[in-house]
Amino acid sequence: MNFNRTAAIVLRQFYLMRDSFSRVLPLFAWVAVDIVLWGFITKYLNTLTSPGFDFVPVLLGAALLWDFFSRVMHGITMAFFEDVWSRNFLNIFASPLSITEYLTGLVATSIATSSIGLVVMLFLATAVFGLNFFTYGLMFVPFLLILFLFGIALGIFGSAVVLRFGPASEWFIWPVPALISPFVCVFYPLSTLPKWMQYLAHILPPSYVFEGMRTVVSGGAVPATALLWAGVLVLLYIFLACRFFMHVYQHALRTGLIARYSAESLS
Amino acid sequence: MGRYNILNNQNNITPDGPASTPKVLSVINLQKVYGETVAVGGASFDVGRKEIVGLLGPNGAGKTTTINMILGVLEPTMGTIHIEGMDIAVHRSSALEITNFAAVYAPLPGNLTVYQNLRVFGLIYGVKNLSERIDLLLRQFDLWKFRDVKCGVLSSGEQTRACLVKALLNRPHLLLLDEPTASLDPAVSHDVRKKIREFAVQNGSGVLWTSHNMYEVEEVCDRVLFLSRGKILLEGDPKALPGEHGKETLEELFISLTRETLAPGDG
Repeated sequence: MNFNRTAAIVLRQFYLMRDSFSRVLPLFAWVAVDIVLWGFITKYLNTLTSPGFDFVPVLLGAALLWDFFSRVMHGITMAFFEDVWSRNFLNIFASPLSITEYLTGLVATSIATSSIGLVVMLFLATAVFGLNFFTYGLMFVPFLLILFLFGIALGIFGSAVVLRFGPASEWFIWPVPALISPFVCVFYPLSTLPKWMQYLAHILPPSYVFEGMRTVVSGGAVPATALLWAGVLVLLYIFLACRFFMHVYQHALRTGLIARYSAESLS
Repeated sequence: MGRYNILNNQNNITPDGPASTPKVLSVINLQKVYGETVAVGGASFDVGRKEIVGLLGPNGAGKTTTINMILGVLEPTMGTIHIEGMDIAVHRSSALEITNFAAVYAPLPGNLTVYQNLRVFGLIYGVKNLSERIDLLLRQFDLWKFRDVKCGVLSSGEQTRACLVKALLNRPHLLLLDEPTASLDPAVSHDVRKKIREFAVQNGSGVLWTSHNMYEVEEVCDRVLFLSRGKILLEGDPKALPGEHGKETLEELFISLTRETLAPGDG
């Protein structure tokens, strides 16, 4: 593992963002719009229910965490797509850069970009709508960490799918967070789901995060065992995502897909 | 196969293998097969220090496939590639650290400036005193005034020169050039050939050069390999070869060989 090579991947993304308003704006604009939208929805819902129950941490907090997960995943896939769009694969993969160094560079980029979104969301949610995650202190960290790691796993998986099926398949990747959100119980308890969806929810780490957050917000203790299980699951997903990327990469080496990537060959 | 003898595919390779040779590149019995199609059918050759070897052949002969395998972006079906004695399949990063390439189909990303691209690739290739190296090469290739211009807005000739600068950044022991002067005017082509020749001599590097410009090949190459249907048919001094086969020029020999080897019914 060579630090300079990983830094080169991050530097490339930094140059792209520094010089491009259209790349910087989406880092915080859409999540800010989401926070404002859910902020007003929760305020309105608070006027309909009995005093004592606060929708702000339950709904707005959940929206914030889900947006954070989406930003982490898209942070990786966007950085990868930059190489797809600029047809840079041959230059990148015919260099001494290893796949581990490349993926680490994508993850490091995502840490930076998703942190910007998180700071903007926390500022808006706290300053405008009175959501205060900081009252939960360090309890907040494991929840955030599991979502972050799951975002990395799905980002690497999504990048592998696009490497395998060609540039047009990026449209499979954009809606992934929306597709899995019903199963991970972002806004409602697990018990709301039908049985078959609950089975799926149990193998998705974010469902433990949102169930756990609802428990904590309603005054319960941090569900340590559930979080630990979610942690094990998410590490397994990262491992599987990396193995899948490597498998696709090896396939691309055998078929020549990297050298003629724009041909979108499925051979 | 007509009047031309197919070379023994094991020519120029010592029995002791590549580790005992002073060659920069040793390719032994390289094959790439896609299903029923043989793209490269057991090519063996080497490139020595300070030597420029021309890889010639008609479209689809397997030149680019061979280069892609040497660059590690295409896995051979059979055969070995050693760069400075290092097997590319085993020591990929170390071997590619001392290799570089330029090809018309692998331009530098158009959304970064010339300097930014070179900085990124300089880090990937572990170039020491990178800023000085970039500035020196930009001046040598008359690109200084485009230092802070995005590569995408450069003319095709300027982009080609920017690719060549990237290819020379790490003072490669092995330089692979796939039609490096295809989009350059005759005057610039002449300068580029001179610079690459000087680089090979001063740095002790080996160069594998593909081109359809036989005048260029005669001028710059010490030795040529004629590839057809993935096999090396002829090898020799580009100035002496035409006479040895009863032709006036290398171009005449090329046309004759191509017509004969690709004639219908000729397997």
